[in-house]
Amino acid sequence: MDFQIALLLGQDGITNGAIYALLALALVLVFTVTRVIFVPQGEFVSFGTLTLAALESGRVPGTVWLLLGAGVMVAMLDVAEAVRTGTRGRIPRILGWNIAYPLAVAAAVISLAPHKPAIAVQVALSLAVVVPFGPMLYRLAFQPLASASVLVLLIVAVAVHLALVGLGLLFFGAEGSRTTAFSDASFDLGPLRVSGQTLWVLLSSIALIAVLYQFFERTIYGKALRATAINRIGARLMGISTTLAGKLSFLLAAAIGALSGILIGPITTIYYDTGFLVGLKGFVGAIIGGLASYPLAALGALLVGILESFSSFWASAFKEVIVFTLIIPVLLWRSLTTHHVEEEEE
Amino acid sequence: MTRRLVTAALLILAACAPLILPEFYVTLLNYVGLYTIVALGLVLLTGVGGLTSFGQAAFVGLGAYTTAYLTTAYAVSPWLTLLAGLVLTALVALFLGFITLRLSGHYLPLGTIAWGISLYFLFGNVGFLGGHTGISGIPVLDIAGIRLETGRQFYYLIWSLMLLGIVATQNLLDSREGRAIRALKGGGLMAEAMGVDTARSKILIFVIAALLACLSGWLYAHLQRFVNPSPFGLHIGIEYLFMAVVGGAAHVWGALLGAAVITILKEWLQDLLPKIFGQSGNFEVIFFGVLLIIVLQRARDGLWPALQRFAPVDRRAPKVASVDPIAKRSMRRHGTVLLEAEGVHKQFGGLVACNKMNLEVRAGEILALIGPNGAGKSTVFNLISGVQPLTAGIVRFGAERIDGKSARQIARLGMSRTFQHVRLLTAMSVLENVALGAHTRGSKGIVLAALRLERKEESRLLAEAGRQLERVGLHDQMAIQAGSLPLGQQRILEIARALCADPFLLLLDEPAAGLRYLEKQALADLLRKLRAEGMGILLVEHDMDFVMGLADRIIVMDFGEKIAEGLPEEVQRNPAVLEAYLGAAE
Repeated sequence: MDFQIALLLGQDGITNGAIYALLALALVLVFTVTRVIFVPQGEFVSFGTLTLAALESGRVPGTVWLLLGAGVMVAMLDVAEAVRTGTRGRIPRILGWNIAYPLAVAAAVISLAPHKPAIAVQVALSLAVVVPFGPMLYRLAFQPLASASVLVLLIVAVAVHLALVGLGLLFFGAEGSRTTAFSDASFDLGPLRVSGQTLWVLLSSIALIAVLYQFFERTIYGKALRATAINRIGARLMGISTTLAGKLSFLLAAAIGALSGILIGPITTIYYDTGFLVGLKGFVGAIIGGLASYPLAALGALLVGILESFSSFWASAFKEVIVFTLIIPVLLWRSLTTHHVEEEEE
Repeated sequence: MTRRLVTAALLILAACAPLILPEFYVTLLNYVGLYTIVALGLVLLTGVGGLTSFGQAAFVGLGAYTTAYLTTAYAVSPWLTLLAGLVLTALVALFLGFITLRLSGHYLPLGTIAWGISLYFLFGNVGFLGGHTGISGIPVLDIAGIRLETGRQFYYLIWSLMLLGIVATQNLLDSREGRAIRALKGGGLMAEAMGVDTARSKILIFVIAALLACLSGWLYAHLQRFVNPSPFGLHIGIEYLFMAVVGGAAHVWGALLGAAVITILKEWLQDLLPKIFGQSGNFEVIFFGVLLIIVLQRARDGLWPALQRFAPVDRRAPKVASVDPIAKRSMRRHGTVLLEAEGVHKQFGGLVACNKMNLEVRAGEILALIGPNGAGKSTVFNLISGVQPLTAGIVRFGAERIDGKSARQIARLGMSRTFQHVRLLTAMSVLENVALGAHTRGSKGIVLAALRLERKEESRLLAEAGRQLERVGLHDQMAIQAGSLPLGQQRILEIARALCADPFLLLLDEPAAGLRYLEKQALADLLRKLRAEGMGILLVEHDMDFVMGLADRIIVMDFGEKIAEGLPEEVQRNPAVLEAYLGAAE
């Protein structure tokens, strides 16, 4: 291996690592706020790419039907609850978000898709379809179990992942897709040739992290999420709704996931089940950060990306084995440095 | 009696099944048996122990590949390869357990996900394991000259091993070690204070679960006589967990029920769903995902409890045999210093919860620790009993330094405690809860327990628990669930549990709270009797009548500091104490 290849691999690794970092942040966010280990995070990545790919080829993506179906289910549950608890005033809002919004998005997609609109419109439509699915998922699968143990929530997360992978196969078929790059430009940085897409990925990731930072530091909702992450009961006593916090964190996670999918779509071929492995690599990063620290998680994810690209050069068949085995020394180190008596949850 | 009849009828049915049923169903039953063995491990791990693993399929693969490779490449006897597989699995499980089980509960499942994926890719990419095509030509099993060539023959081997596994697991859970395992979920801190090594129990059940999976893999390899990586992927590992959860993860028979339901449902759905939806898709995965979410939302205990309602219930009260009593420590002579704390200090950040406390408890003495709420009394308790580490100071128990020792080590030295917020295993019987206190007084391990060879020791432990219950006056309630006792009696139960450890020193945190007048008197009588026997008692209590009439000496704390110490009547007159309790007279 010469310097040239090392640079190339490094660039590859950092690009993928940036995506893993975004996912790791989403995982840390969801875990600290809701205690859900969000295994289906990766499905949002595949759904993001594949929805965009469908729009690019002028088809209506199946995720539109998923959005409509999930909306109807959420609306039924929420309306029933509103009637039961005597808060009928909430009904118009419920119907607006879960019935009217999906219908509007579906109408937009169905009317625009065959005309192959500009890429910005396609991206916006993809996000509009995939992102609302986050809070809906929270409502359907996790909200009824909000007080359950981490273990039960983890099992549910895995079940959700399975169902979503099955749905992904149904909507998008077994063939993979690659979307067109946002830009064909490339730049020479000394000996290194940097593609436009790589810059897109890196800049978007940095921008997104900056936005998230502002959101958590400066806005009332961001602070509410942080408060919930630190102490759920305390936050509730201060009037922060755990349900709202849960939905909000799922919304952010879905947005990060879908955006990541859209960003890496032009770099790698995405299949209906690719998201899982991508998400798990974000996980390895998040675990390096102890599922608690954002900067450590992001650094860990970058490390995963770099390790992956170099191991694909040296031992490509064992690339996954090497990446997932990385978790073992990390866990070993954490277990030797952690000394805490766990107060068990009831 | 009816229970036995039902069991016998089911056994005969199981024995006849392969003789009557067509081949297809025998194959299905074989798979149910194989899956049950794996799910059984998860029942122990997840349902009982509150831990979980998504990597069981990888352990199955380890068992299957070990035998496949060794029997085909080196013509090793399948019985030796079983042993090799079990050893290999145990090593891997010990390693994974060691690095994840000291961390929070969710690191084990995450670690096993990574392990499951890694092993799957390894199977698929290593040349000598046949890559994705796998290994074929695995030899037929041969038991005492009978070659198990057909599924019908194999059925008997699988189902016998499965039933043995279920019975052994049931035996294990109904033993001293089993109680420790059952305490892991929701009672870890308490179990440690009773001398249970919870980390060891966790690793133990993880290894047992892995070994069961390995056994299933070995059987699978010799039934199929061919292995490839696909049945050992992460998705299958998740499916095993489904079986345990759907069947009823806290019940050993739930493993069989879950494995049967999922296997049959899967078979049926794979037939049915494509007919309805027309396309080739992976519909049963969607279905299973949604099914599992609904089961967890609506019936978290799975299907077995629903089925159990129809089964004849065993209403026999637990028998407490009159066996020769278990060995007892001889109490120290009256007046010997048992516990000596010097400069015990605890700081939480900037808050001093306990400021350089000194105290001393002697054999045959009741020392009461009183003070307003938040004075730091419970902190002192936690520091002495090793539940929390101290910031500074020295604690001696007998001749030994115990500061820095764990709650478990301290408990083993003969100090036993109760908790201010009652810590019971509410679903276990009163008797079993108390018997947990005697954990350190038994020594027989899990193998003997699974084989029921520790019954003599077990009946002695239960008899001891029964005696302590009689002593505290809860004898009539010993068969009921601990959670159904009123709070006052739950506190008394904690005392019985602490006494069951046969301590020199008893730490009681507000034992009289929630008791009625007569019950308080009975408790005071009991404590006096224990004192007369030479036990040292350190007591935190708010009820002044109770304390003043009982304690030999009193220490008063306020804001983490000792403000007074002395005989009850001295303390009552002490101006600092009056100020702490009533405010200063201006």
